[in-house]
Amino acid sequence: MTIEDKLGVNKYHTDETNPHIDVDKKYPDEAEIMKVVRACPAGLYKIVDDGTLFFEYLGCLECGTCRVLSSGKLIRDWHYPRGSCGVEYRQG
Amino acid sequence: MADDKFGVIVVGAGLAGCAAAYALAKAGVDVLVIERGNYAGSKNVTGGMIYAHSLEKRFPDLAACAPFERRITSEKFFLRAANEVTGLEEKDYGLSSSDKYSILRAKFDRWFAEKAEEMGAMFVCGIRVDELIVRDGCVCGIVAGDEEMDADVIILAEGVNAVLAQKIGLRKDLSVDAACVGAKEVIELGEDLINERFGGEGAEWTFLGDRGKGEVCDGFLYTNRSSLSVGVMMTVADAEKVVRKMPEMVEEFLSLPQVAEKIEGGVLLEYAAHLLHKGSALNLEGIYADGVLVVGDTAGFVCNTGDMVRGMDMAVESGYLAAQAVIAARAAGDFSAAQFSSYRKAIEESYISSDMKKCAAILSTKQ
Repeated sequence: MTIEDKLGVNKYHTDETNPHIDVDKKYPDEAEIMKVVRACPAGLYKIVDDGTLFFEYLGCLECGTCRVLSSGKLIRDWHYPRGSCGVEYRQG
Repeated sequence: MADDKFGVIVVGAGLAGCAAAYALAKAGVDVLVIERGNYAGSKNVTGGMIYAHSLEKRFPDLAACAPFERRITSEKFFLRAANEVTGLEEKDYGLSSSDKYSILRAKFDRWFAEKAEEMGAMFVCGIRVDELIVRDGCVCGIVAGDEEMDADVIILAEGVNAVLAQKIGLRKDLSVDAACVGAKEVIELGEDLINERFGGEGAEWTFLGDRGKGEVCDGFLYTNRSSLSVGVMMTVADAEKVVRKMPEMVEEFLSLPQVAEKIEGGVLLEYAAHLLHKGSALNLEGIYADGVLVVGDTAGFVCNTGDMVRGMDMAVESGYLAAQAVIAARAAGDFSAAQFSSYRKAIEESYISSDMKKCAAILSTKQ
């Protein structure tokens, strides 16, 4: 199963209009970017074909790893999704 | 505003928040729990297994009434090196002992919240607390969207990320060396198949990565009633060293022969991730201030030596101890930091402090 398929099994209440993580996609330090790409357990940070960073917040598991790794650098702002939004664990 | 003022507002309906709310409501204190998820436990994740002693003290019939998955009677340690997995002796660190049970938080926390509600605690779910109201250095309320609510005391049980506690300067930002990220799959197999593959009761397997061979991840497996919890964790700082992505490390773990044969034929129910504290550094400076107490993961009450992670019992215990401190503060009519030093003292006298100190000593000898 791909990580996308795995996230597809989860339940989410998506907030399409309010990204809860503000990522600096033009951040100049590649090593910094790659740390976050590798550490995100949901695989939401991706380097796409043209070499740029792609980030999708909707599958977020709200763990906070990217915040701990790169707050103030790649991660310009991080907060939890609005009340009742985001992942809803049915097992946990 | 005075009409709306609560005795206590608890932020977060995890185990620490529910324990505090339960004890406060039982003592007749008006307590409101605000949870950002749609129900208690909907944002919470464990590996996982709980040491039941802190709950047993408050619920004499615990084993009969709590939604435990399985009692853990078999623990195995494996050293993982280049797919050659070998068994090790179980470690005994001399910490407080207890019955252990696998649990799933979405079910377990909801049960605990219901118990607190039965005692008279009020729960509001689906609301995110955005800010704390601080007047003259005293925390005296919360802001959620356009709403403001006042309380004599705020208990921060907001989990490991400690967003609010950090905003008011009580807790420090988590460092990459002091935090682990865990990813977990819950895989349904059915009760019969689990009994067949693991024997009658519950099992905990820990797979230690061989750091000498560059393995930064440790793996874990727990049997639930009809599913398995399996996953990996790594220190966040190790994101610098690894070549693979976290989801790939999960896959690699699941493909170890010892794991693959156990999960074969299973159906994925959920893929979850969560941060946890690493190490066992007690920092009791930032667990109280004027009008506020910090409990559970937010206060950093976790023993994590890598081969052993334990924090949910401490969440329950600290929630209960915070409630006792609030009850004493109400009797004194004083919600100042000086009064709340009783909470710090209670933590120092509890197993939370002694177990964390033992773990910290073990970790320093390992290094």
